[in-house]
Amino acid sequence: MGATDSGVRDNPTGPDQPSEDADASADLSTAPKSDLPGTTVGLGFTGWARWMWRQLTSMRTALLLLFLLAIGSIPGSILPQKSVQPGEVTRYLADNPGLGQFFDSIGFFNVFSAPWYVAIYLLLLISLVGCIIPRTRLHWKAMRSTPPKAPSRLSRLAESSSWEAGSTAPAPQDVLTDAAGELKGKRWRVHVTDFDGTTGAVSAEKGYLRETGNLIFHVALLVLLVAVALGGMFGWRGQALVIEGESFSDTITQYDSFNAGRLVDSGNLPPFSFTLDEFTATYQEDGDQRGAPRTFEADLTYQDDPDAIPSQKTVQVNDPLIVDGAKAFLVGHGYAPVIEVKDPQGRVVYDAPTVFLQTDQNFTSNGVVKLPDIDPQLGFQALFLPTAAVDEVRGPISTFPALNDPAIFLSAWEGDLGLDDGIPQSVYRMDTSEMTQLGIKAIQVGQSWDLPDGKGSVSLTGVKQYAVFDVAYDPARFYALAGAIFAILGLMLSLFVPRRRVFVRITKRAASQDDAVGSVGATVEVAGLSRTDEAGLKPAVEEISTVVQQIVPPAPKGMSGS
Amino acid sequence: MSVNESLAQLSNGLVYSSMAVYAGSLVLFASSFASSRPLAEAEAATEEVSAEEISIGEASAGDAIAAKNSDAGESRATTATLDRGAGDAGALPPGRKAGNMAMSLMWLATLLLAGGVIARGFSAGRVPWGNMYEFSISSALAVAVVFLIISLKRDIRWLGMFVVGAVLLTLGLAVTILYTDSAQLVPALKSVWLVIHVLAAIICGGAFTIGAGFTVAYLIRDRAETKAAANGTEVRGWFSSRVPAAQRLDTTAYRINAFVFPLWTFAVIAGAIWAENAWGRYWGWDPKETWAFITWVIYAGYLHARATAGWRGRKAAVIGLLGFAAFLVNYFGVNFFASGLHSYAGVN
Ligand code: HEM
Repeated sequence: MGATDSGVRDNPTGPDQPSEDADASADLSTAPKSDLPGTTVGLGFTGWARWMWRQLTSMRTALLLLFLLAIGSIPGSILPQKSVQPGEVTRYLADNPGLGQFFDSIGFFNVFSAPWYVAIYLLLLISLVGCIIPRTRLHWKAMRSTPPKAPSRLSRLAESSSWEAGSTAPAPQDVLTDAAGELKGKRWRVHVTDFDGTTGAVSAEKGYLRETGNLIFHVALLVLLVAVALGGMFGWRGQALVIEGESFSDTITQYDSFNAGRLVDSGNLPPFSFTLDEFTATYQEDGDQRGAPRTFEADLTYQDDPDAIPSQKTVQVNDPLIVDGAKAFLVGHGYAPVIEVKDPQGRVVYDAPTVFLQTDQNFTSNGVVKLPDIDPQLGFQALFLPTAAVDEVRGPISTFPALNDPAIFLSAWEGDLGLDDGIPQSVYRMDTSEMTQLGIKAIQVGQSWDLPDGKGSVSLTGVKQYAVFDVAYDPARFYALAGAIFAILGLMLSLFVPRRRVFVRITKRAASQDDAVGSVGATVEVAGLSRTDEAGLKPAVEEISTVVQQIVPPAPKGMSGS
Repeated sequence: MSVNESLAQLSNGLVYSSMAVYAGSLVLFASSFASSRPLAEAEAATEEVSAEEISIGEASAGDAIAAKNSDAGESRATTATLDRGAGDAGALPPGRKAGNMAMSLMWLATLLLAGGVIARGFSAGRVPWGNMYEFSISSALAVAVVFLIISLKRDIRWLGMFVVGAVLLTLGLAVTILYTDSAQLVPALKSVWLVIHVLAAIICGGAFTIGAGFTVAYLIRDRAETKAAANGTEVRGWFSSRVPAAQRLDTTAYRINAFVFPLWTFAVIAGAIWAENAWGRYWGWDPKETWAFITWVIYAGYLHARATAGWRGRKAAVIGLLGFAAFLVNYFGVNFFASGLHSYAGVN
């Protein structure tokens, strides 16, 4: 990159080090060097393209994109998201029409798949690839080349020491060879610049694993992102509500909601099925957390395919059913009172466990029964209370989530249910605008209510529970996990392995002719530097000094020239 | 469903006692800080002494800043040594004695708090971080423990006042607003991942907090140093003159954050594995997940910035603080204000 990176180095210890040390710390990191603007003058198209590419893959751009990614995520956590709480989004749009419309148009209700968000992470992905490839090449080269020559002034490195050789010192070349041997024994990579009559040095380097770890980390991030994308394309997810005693089989029609990736063949889901035999819930009975759930258990009988032998499994919140590569998770539950309705002639026109939706912590639940096939049409709005009470202010309300004293408050209506208009209606709501109320009544299990004017009767014959299951299939989740694990391992290497360089130099002082080589008159220097400001460098350099002092002991005090 | 009431009460008693002792420690830390003489010089002095002990001939003043510091400290080196000698004779320098007592009280308070946290766990027969109250007392403990561990290696009494202040604030919030009686877990939390994921997050919280303390101190001290260098004066300022050199603060902050980052990565991944095991998707952009991600990305940005030309020093430090802010949003903001799958923290 020529002149552009002179003086500015991508090295954390950079600004504190005199520029002379640049040689000594050269290539301690493969981080891209910063490009200064102005390098593009008259470069033409390829020049521009190269410049753009270098900008995109620069550390500064990576930093900027990371920032944008963080900031871009914030609306996704503040505003309701269509993928998480679609109902809340609708409510928000209704409450704040103007602002809501605006937010919607810029994808704020669907941040994580909004074009601008996708653009940020795609750019980051490209930047990541563009960063990893050259860095891997550089690192490969660095691992196979020898450590650089010792810089001229070792005393300016982060750690250094020096002493005058004593009279018993061996010949300088032997000192270098021995020092190199010791360093090799300590698993340093070593390069010896032979003694040339005046000076010679050993350069040693250690900690290549740091950069390797860093590259592993970045590659692992890439794997993770690809796995997430694959999971999105080949995975699917659905939600199903199953009442006690009823069965579920894995076909798309049985799901209340179903989301599949683009490449999923929804007509060909794994053919498993299960029956909810029983659902049990227990709750805290006393204290300030009274009513808080303590256990949820769904006893299932399941089959891998219609011909398989049935097996049993108790599914709990953190313990899904794993079948045919898919997983079924217990995510919710509620009550399904069994309601029986008879017409004026005493014939049973409705008899079914009816799903009620929870409205509060104590399972005060709402539900409706619609009877469009009798004339005039009949409908019931109902409130189910597992532990019934009547509050002076709030009216009928449940005071505990378990079935301690169940009751149902019914409101009967007659008229037009509005089902023939072709407008789809929720099964949990009833449009009473074209109906007249016949009366209201509270009944308990086993009781029935004769409607006024002999219009039939309604009874509560029992109460069942239902469980809600999320069924999910993500074929890429193991790749995502592998990416995550390698990311952590790589990160640990990258942050905890010290990358260091040390130099040992012996220099003969200008001396008189009759000095025997290796006797008094030589200076020994030991110095080191590290990739980061790490605490371990000082002891490491001290340790090497001690080792080298055993090879060349310092001259006794008083004789030394310093 | 049974909860051991006497252990639960013991736990409450221990938590309250620890608060009383922390309060004493806070007062002593504050008075120690106020009456201490500039600490950077004392530290530089200690360094000189140890350098001599190792008796490596040439001074290792490698970089310009270290050289500057030791120059400044040199004249006081002898004073510091004298102080030490005098200390043996009983006349400690100003603030020293209060500082030592503050440290002792902090150890005591932290032991009491640890007892309280452990008793709370045993009272319900599970890990003591099943709701916001427990999460808060455990986090306060983590902050104190991280501080004490670092204090074993170096003198960080100057930071004590702020750390104990943060611990007391957290405990105060815990025992007033967040308190809930000891009880069993809700089913959603019954998982080994509660132990692993939340423990990792709590340790990260402790270390991020101390790291942020160093970062704030760095920013303040660095400004004072820059001013001092421009004016050719000594470092001034009630706070700045009593804390170590900016370079050291920055390095320590980096080491702490670099230590926590892989652990935070692990905590997030452990959470993802748990989510996969409980809800069938390892990532769903629920507010808690989103803010964990934001925190992670900002700290990654911090580490990146430290390797990017023109971004080291103050800019990187500000990014680090933004990361900590995101962590706090995740801890407090999301639990109180957002509705999501993670909303079983026991706050009504
Ligand atoms: C997906 C987004 C990315 C994330 C989350 C990320 C995260 C990280 C983290 C946490 C570190 C710290 C490890 C350490 O200090 O040793 C790091 C280091 C590094 N990253 Fe990234 N990174 C991303 C993308 C990139 C890109 C696009 C580049 C290329 C420009 C890049 C280049 C580097 C380099 C060179 C280092 C090592 C710095 C050094 O030598 O200390 N990263 N990255």
